[in-house]
Amino acid sequence: MTTLAAAGSQRYAWLLLAFPLAGAVILLLGGKRTNSWGHLVGATMPVAAFAYGVVAFVTMLSYPAAQRSRDLHLFNWIDVGTFRVDIGLQLDQLSICFVLLITGVGALIHIFAVGYMAHDPERRRFFGYMNLFLAAMLLLVLADNYLGLYAGWEGVGLASYLLIGFWYFKPTAATAAKKAFIANRVGDAGLSIAIMLMFATFGTIQFSGVFHAVPSASSTTLTAICLLLLLGACGKSAQLPLQSWLLDAMEGPTPVSALIHAATMVTAGVYLIVRSNPLFNLSPDARLAVTIVGAVTLLFGAIIGCAKDDIKKALAGSTMSQIGYMMLAAGLGPAGYAFAIAHLLAHGFFKAGLFLGAGSVKHEMNDEVDMRRFGGLAKILPITFVTFLIGYLAIIGVPPFSGFFTKDSIIEAAFDKGGTSGAILGCAAVLGAAITAFYMTRVMFMTFAGERRWEESAHPHEVPPVMTAPMILLAVGSAGAGAFLILGSRLADFLAPVTGAPPESKGLFTLPGTVTLVLVVVGVAIAWAIYGRREVPVTAPAGNFATVAARKDLYGDAVNESLLMRPGQWLTRLSVYFDNRGIDGIVNSLAAAMGGSSGRLRRLQNGFVRSYALFMFLGAMVLVLGGALLVVRI
Amino acid sequence: MVSPAHYIALAVILFVIGAVGVLVRRNAIVIFMCVELMLNAANLAFVGFSRLHGTLDGQVIAFFVMVVAAAEVVVGLAIITSIYRTRRSASVDDANLLKY
Repeated sequence: MTTLAAAGSQRYAWLLLAFPLAGAVILLLGGKRTNSWGHLVGATMPVAAFAYGVVAFVTMLSYPAAQRSRDLHLFNWIDVGTFRVDIGLQLDQLSICFVLLITGVGALIHIFAVGYMAHDPERRRFFGYMNLFLAAMLLLVLADNYLGLYAGWEGVGLASYLLIGFWYFKPTAATAAKKAFIANRVGDAGLSIAIMLMFATFGTIQFSGVFHAVPSASSTTLTAICLLLLLGACGKSAQLPLQSWLLDAMEGPTPVSALIHAATMVTAGVYLIVRSNPLFNLSPDARLAVTIVGAVTLLFGAIIGCAKDDIKKALAGSTMSQIGYMMLAAGLGPAGYAFAIAHLLAHGFFKAGLFLGAGSVKHEMNDEVDMRRFGGLAKILPITFVTFLIGYLAIIGVPPFSGFFTKDSIIEAAFDKGGTSGAILGCAAVLGAAITAFYMTRVMFMTFAGERRWEESAHPHEVPPVMTAPMILLAVGSAGAGAFLILGSRLADFLAPVTGAPPESKGLFTLPGTVTLVLVVVGVAIAWAIYGRREVPVTAPAGNFATVAARKDLYGDAVNESLLMRPGQWLTRLSVYFDNRGIDGIVNSLAAAMGGSSGRLRRLQNGFVRSYALFMFLGAMVLVLGGALLVVRI
Repeated sequence: MVSPAHYIALAVILFVIGAVGVLVRRNAIVIFMCVELMLNAANLAFVGFSRLHGTLDGQVIAFFVMVVAAAEVVVGLAIITSIYRTRRSASVDDANLLKY
């Protein structure tokens, strides 16, 4: 695949970055002057970027498939000796998918936030950060080299930190922001080392140069690079073992959660792996690692989602799980890349819709997030309910909603991998689908069905149109995106020049697909038996061992604490001890010895003339005797 | 017959008496007198050696020493008098403020 220079309307691809960046600059530097109209600017910029994205997409479609990858050189960033980095934007089939998702879903979330944040005194700052978030993410997916990608990667980390800690006066939010940032730093370190290793091996970090030179590298080096990239992807995409920040990140305002989980941030890891597919294709070991991470995380997140009473945290567990599916698919190689992206796009729609629905519920329930205090909201928030219902049907994979097509493709691809690993991965994916059905049904029943359990002070009524409109649009996407992308393998054919083509589909309703559907029905039925048929208790029951573990995020924090935090604290305490007793001890005792001896020596100066006279006599005697001795010797 | 050795012995005896006096006495005036004794012991030695060598150098130096001693007495007695006026004591042990 060759990359041509951008032409025509695509020469203005920098507008994609410029719009949200300009929004962020205006809002963050404009200060209070922009308070009254800032949110309008903030919401317009993503819409403008989306409009341009559509133009670029249509232009791309007008080219033949082999010429769709276009490069727009912006400027020469670094030119030192043999190290040369040109900043350019790469518009190809993969990046345009992300551009449309980020700007499209992002714009809808911005519009929703206009209503959601209406009563927040800091709404302008919020929109500034949101625009910054979009700009960083667009740089991440549009850069044509790893350094540009890394810059966007860090920008996303910064923006997420600012947004998770948006309500910085809440200690939990401030801590969650720090946690997200630190967990991401670990992944970022992996990515940066991978980039350095690439430069050392290939002498370039341009995508085209690296991918061209890949076959010449040794398989050990390739595997090392790929595993480091995987570490980076784990950090951003909240995969094991760097998953712990995602649940705490729910401290941010709900539109932020929607943005992080649907359009930006967590999708970056999947993008990184799919973008680096020429590297991963040649390293089966690394791909196996990716699939294992994905499979473990998809079960891990799903189990956590089952026990959370906080609606946002239940959805966060589900994000972790769905991203696990994407990682699993991405690890399958060319057979799975397109399905990973398909699921990512569909997930972008339904997860954004679910989060906005959760946000509108929370908005109407006086910021209550405990689902045990919801109940019976279907009649009161009908639009929210219907859009949430469509998102729900999409995520659990009921045909013909989008999750069915995309998730089914991934499960099929996992089984098609063959061998023991394929069977294990496939079973994990099927099991995950069943658990997904259980916990999402649980969320539905606890929130929208049954009797009302909320307090008298809450007076929920349907949210304004500025909030319902984005939810309706996202619901449309949740319903149709999967069928549109998968049927006739539209997306796979579109992406084939970048990621390679997956094998021919065996059609829908194969054996694994049917088993999955049956298990989904079982999951729904169990959830109905527990949460639909019976009344949900307002206080959470004690729960068995598994429930308690899942409520505590399967001890993810405890593991981090005991493996990393406590040894770290011991280390610092040990160094402090050595510093105090060892280094300080030597220096202090030396000083004390000096001080003590000089204090004693000082006593010789006693003020009595006769003792001075004695010393003078003694000194004179020493001189005279010494002189006499010398004279005698000589 | 008084030989030069006798002069030297007398000078040494006088010098030691003076030195011991400076070290053991506390009255400033007595210390002063002991210092004079030491100077004059030195003078005696100069003069004795002068006679031994048959030159006048030692005797000339003895005059210089006398002049220095006279000047020293002037300054020293002035100091001792002023100390006595302020402290009502001529003991050198009482003037011991300048110390550690």
